[in-house]
Amino acid sequence: MKFSMIPQVLSQMLKKPFTNKFPAKYIPSSVTGYLKDVQSGKAKMIPPVETPEGFRGKIQYDRDTCIGCKLCIKVCPTDAIEFVPETKKIRIYLSRCCFCSQCNDICPKDCLSMGDEFLLADTDKYSSDLIVE
Amino acid sequence: MPAEATEKSTYKIPIGPIHPALKEPVMFEFEVDGERIVDADVYLGHVHRTIEWTGMRRNPVQVLYLAERICGICSYCHPMSFALAVERIAGIEVPERAEYLRVVQAELERICSHTLWAGVAAHEIGFDSVLFLTWQVREKALDLTEYLTGNRVTKAITQIGGVRRDITKDMVPKIEETMGFLKDNFGKLKKIFLDDKTFKMRSQNVGVLTKEDALKLCAVGPTGRASGVKKDVRIDQPYFAFSELDFDYVTPDVLTGEVNGDVYDRIIVRLLEVKQSIDLIEQCVDILSGMPEGDIVAEPKIAKLLNQLKKAEGDGIGRMEAPRGEVIHYVKMDGHEHPYSWKVRAPTYNNILPWIPMLKGEQIADIPIVAASTDPCMSCTNRVGIVQDGNRKMYSGEDLHELSVQKTRRLMQ
Repeated sequence: MKFSMIPQVLSQMLKKPFTNKFPAKYIPSSVTGYLKDVQSGKAKMIPPVETPEGFRGKIQYDRDTCIGCKLCIKVCPTDAIEFVPETKKIRIYLSRCCFCSQCNDICPKDCLSMGDEFLLADTDKYSSDLIVE
Repeated sequence: MPAEATEKSTYKIPIGPIHPALKEPVMFEFEVDGERIVDADVYLGHVHRTIEWTGMRRNPVQVLYLAERICGICSYCHPMSFALAVERIAGIEVPERAEYLRVVQAELERICSHTLWAGVAAHEIGFDSVLFLTWQVREKALDLTEYLTGNRVTKAITQIGGVRRDITKDMVPKIEETMGFLKDNFGKLKKIFLDDKTFKMRSQNVGVLTKEDALKLCAVGPTGRASGVKKDVRIDQPYFAFSELDFDYVTPDVLTGEVNGDVYDRIIVRLLEVKQSIDLIEQCVDILSGMPEGDIVAEPKIAKLLNQLKKAEGDGIGRMEAPRGEVIHYVKMDGHEHPYSWKVRAPTYNNILPWIPMLKGEQIADIPIVAASTDPCMSCTNRVGIVQDGNRKMYSGEDLHELSVQKTRRLMQ
């Protein structure tokens, strides 16, 4: 066929769009206003595509099991982990974290793991959401 | 009328470093005569990020993630070539199961990269509905990547001496389902890309690179193969488990019986390579499901591995067939925690010079598709840019040669 894309385009008109319309079908006039509406329950957010099992999202830290061995600091490629000498525990700055989960692999006590949260954008890189301790 | 006013002359158009037609910063200077390109010149060095320098101050496990960020699309082959080089230095034997797992990841990356390229090529000639269709297919391959590695783009699957995640029996159905989907859609894409009149008009006999030029300018990967140069690291010097698998060079004459070296041939080669990659993944998954579960990494304890690498001395080269061609990582270790030297040669470095014979004689409107047809990746390539004490300094050819001689001598010591 000379123009082999035409049947494809025509059939697509009858199909549902492939794109997941996250977070809303049409762009809201004010994003912050829309997010406030979602929080107060006035608007409903279209959820993002689900992440599979084993997804590397926001890091989880089990503070009680940590022995302060500093091995995670040794392998962290981005220097995102800080050692707090007073408590002998670590503090992870997510704004620097590259989500490689190498610290999970080296931890002798398995006190670090990857969660599935990934909507982590923030205007303040030191916001409490972005510091795990 | 004075005589000089009627004289015909060419004029120069600069395009870039930032231009709507370019996806990445690169600067062209075209000498044009009307619509026809008489000469072309390329200027690079706008996205140099001192990755090698940074890598020389990190331990090999940290460098893996730095190497991953050389390029977003080749985020598997850069750390993997680095790992191959380090394994050679430290004499690490990779378990057999890991060799097959490495092939699966490498070929999955090739599928993602080639379908991305096909979409961009369609976009460059203004055929955006094909871009959307191609990327819809690619989305399934990315979903599988996310399922197998934990993320869509920065895979973090490489470990020195193996891979970090296994493919277990319960993961096989998802792989088979995705491969089935890709195979079903491959026919559709092939028909659109190779039979559609719009593609044929814009790509046949455009941006021709002859076999002689390809050999002379050291074109690598699909760019070279589309000109009939049978070069593929996977076959020439097999790494991973490629020597056990059944596949052959992809050149355009497999499908059409002739080699023209034009943009159309480069589309053929990349599409057929997608098919080949699907086939290779299926072969590997068959072998993996028949294989007893075993080690996927030579040394599971990272602290022990780091100690072993601290003692390693010598130099090694890691070579891989990345989606764009051959990638080379050279690493030298001298018994310290950090590598003494690290040098990356990305495939686009070789595929830049072929642009000049490809672009000569073409029209200005063909620049985007011809430039995109080598699948350039500027961020991978930029390696030299000197800013000293705030002053930008340009080194002449002789200066660079002298520096290079000095470095060779230093490394020989």
